[in-house]
Amino acid sequence: MSLKKVISFVLLIAPFIANNISAQSIDQVMSRGEIHGNFQLDMQYYQEDSLIGATAVPEHTLMNGFANFIYTNGNFEAGFRYESYLNTMLGFPAKYKGNGIGYRYASFTNEEMKITVGNFYEQFGNGLIFRSYEERGLGYDNAMDGIRINYKLAEGLSVKGVIGKQRLYFESGEGIVRGIDGELMVNDVLGGTLKESKTKLTLGGSFVSKYQADQSSQYNLPENVGAYAGRFVLQRGKISLNGEYARKINDPSADNNFIYKEGEAFYAQTSYSSKGFGLTFSAKGVDNMSFRSDRNASLTDLQINYLPTLTRQHLYNLLATLYPYATQPNGEIAFQGELVYKFKKETFLGGKNGMSLLINYSTVYNIDSTALPASDTTYLGYTSNLFAIGEERYYDEINVELTKKFSPKLSGIFTYSNIMFNQAVVQGKTPQDHPDIYANVGVIDLTYKLNKKHAIRAEFQGLFTKQDHQDWATVLIEYSYAPHWFIAVMDQYNFGNLIEKERIHYYFASAGYLKGTNRIQIGYGRQREGIFCVGGVCRNVPAASGLTLSITSSF
Amino acid sequence: MKKLALLSILTLTSFILFSQTEKRLIPSATLKNMEGANVNTSDFNNDGKPMIINFWATWCSPCKRELNNIAEVYGDWVKTTGVKLIAVSIDDARNAGKVAPYVNGKAWEYEVYIDSNQDFKRALNVNNVPHTFLVNGKGEIVWQHNSYLEGDEDELYEALKKLAAGEDL
Repeated sequence: MSLKKVISFVLLIAPFIANNISAQSIDQVMSRGEIHGNFQLDMQYYQEDSLIGATAVPEHTLMNGFANFIYTNGNFEAGFRYESYLNTMLGFPAKYKGNGIGYRYASFTNEEMKITVGNFYEQFGNGLIFRSYEERGLGYDNAMDGIRINYKLAEGLSVKGVIGKQRLYFESGEGIVRGIDGELMVNDVLGGTLKESKTKLTLGGSFVSKYQADQSSQYNLPENVGAYAGRFVLQRGKISLNGEYARKINDPSADNNFIYKEGEAFYAQTSYSSKGFGLTFSAKGVDNMSFRSDRNASLTDLQINYLPTLTRQHLYNLLATLYPYATQPNGEIAFQGELVYKFKKETFLGGKNGMSLLINYSTVYNIDSTALPASDTTYLGYTSNLFAIGEERYYDEINVELTKKFSPKLSGIFTYSNIMFNQAVVQGKTPQDHPDIYANVGVIDLTYKLNKKHAIRAEFQGLFTKQDHQDWATVLIEYSYAPHWFIAVMDQYNFGNLIEKERIHYYFASAGYLKGTNRIQIGYGRQREGIFCVGGVCRNVPAASGLTLSITSSF
Repeated sequence: MKKLALLSILTLTSFILFSQTEKRLIPSATLKNMEGANVNTSDFNNDGKPMIINFWATWCSPCKRELNNIAEVYGDWVKTTGVKLIAVSIDDARNAGKVAPYVNGKAWEYEVYIDSNQDFKRALNVNNVPHTFLVNGKGEIVWQHNSYLEGDEDELYEALKKLAAGEDL
């Protein structure tokens, strides 16, 4: 955004402030105001490293940085984010270039209503038909730019309405997104004895529609595409049950190869938990549910909805970056179960200091579908049943994690995982030379406290597979001096690679200083080409070698 | 025109910064509690005793280490300072349903909320999890810390004890 736009924005919000001021003395109003912000900078000096396929860049160093500033004064709030990409670091979408205001908004709240103009992030239900959010670490940002109204109609009954365009790097996408969502807490609304009832029911419903002009001469494309969803949460004591179903009308796009089939999705979850015991089961189905405000967009651009992945989100490097699963929006059905159990202290398994266990199982298949014959004139593409499991498996994992404290000084987390990964489907590779990957993974994560402030943490990870690049090992040693310092060294070694010259060591050393909200970290070494995930969103990062600097702060 | 606008921004900013003498109160955002109901963060209170607000996620290793370590001494902390720990999970729809079973499974005694849309995280300018805030009995933020290193909980406890004793941090 140009400076001109910033000025017009300031002028836009000035009357809000001025209006306040005229009524009361400037001093009074200003003393209620607060400004807070946060900052992040990542910078890397790139070196050529032909062994891992890392190249130098003409700029030598690349940098991504941003700062948020939020001003609040009573019921008024305004803020902006200045973003700087000089130039964009490798692995980030290259369309982020230069400096600009990526986000700015103003809002006020009164008793029943909150009005937001400018940019905002919002979500309906689980996000199956609408979610605008950011994941700065990955350069993912589909913030809305427009107007949002949150209205509390009555105790337990609230409505949200949104209209806007979605952020596309430093511009907006061409489509317009409009949506409304209502949520009803049945107990609160009906009142009486129900209010005190142990059984609580929440109902929700939403409708979202996008508009994009039809400029195609080849197809007759729908310009307005609507989607709707309904959901419930039922809670009784230790038991919880929730579900959401969503449907979208025909929406030919580059994602579905311009077919006119409708899309649908469901997400259901049930859990039981009591002290020391937790159990969850979830199921999800997705069929032709890619939903973007531009039918020709790809990658992570202009996504309107969010289809959560139903597999365990991994914590350790090898598991998290080598074979992470991502939802297949065109069609999949997934199941997941998780058990958390804490063995009491002073029992046989619990020992003196207790032990806890987590078991997670997840599996994902295609949905049963039949392609329509070439002679078909409906352009529906295929027929399917959202609730029927197909024959092709996309992912499967059993994951067991034991957390054990041996003594006040020594504790450990032991993880075993057995995964099956369909790389042809998940990573879009050719099935002929990319067979399914079967891997066994073990991780030992030990922490030894030398004294109150000094501790050593060591991670030993091994991944064993006959496919892809075969066996890997990672060793990480971290020394921390609380509350301010840490230093870590890591080596990731592809020791089992059948091609001898590809048995590469990826070493990396880092050190950091922390104080309050300040964090300064430097690192040096090699980063493997691979998939980097934060908060469930992933992107491919190229191999890189060099010196990194990262600074975060807030006030 | 440009100069004028810049000047007015600067004046406004300096005005606010210099007049900002009082400590920051917990900003307002809507979270879900473990029963799926909406709760406003400005209603957080602990009857005039201190609170800890900790941002975490089920996929964040250091966050879980921190909360598990505090869980072992939490009983003592509550006894000596009357503190209440509010654990705010930023898990989205992928893992939000697993938060309550995880918290119960680990037998944590904290008050837990979910900030799926990260509104509260943004309002408090949190860059990354874990991030910990110490709040006094008046609801003012008096101390904060980003990241977790083994042993950081001792520093937090020292600050907490000072706060409970009415000393300056």
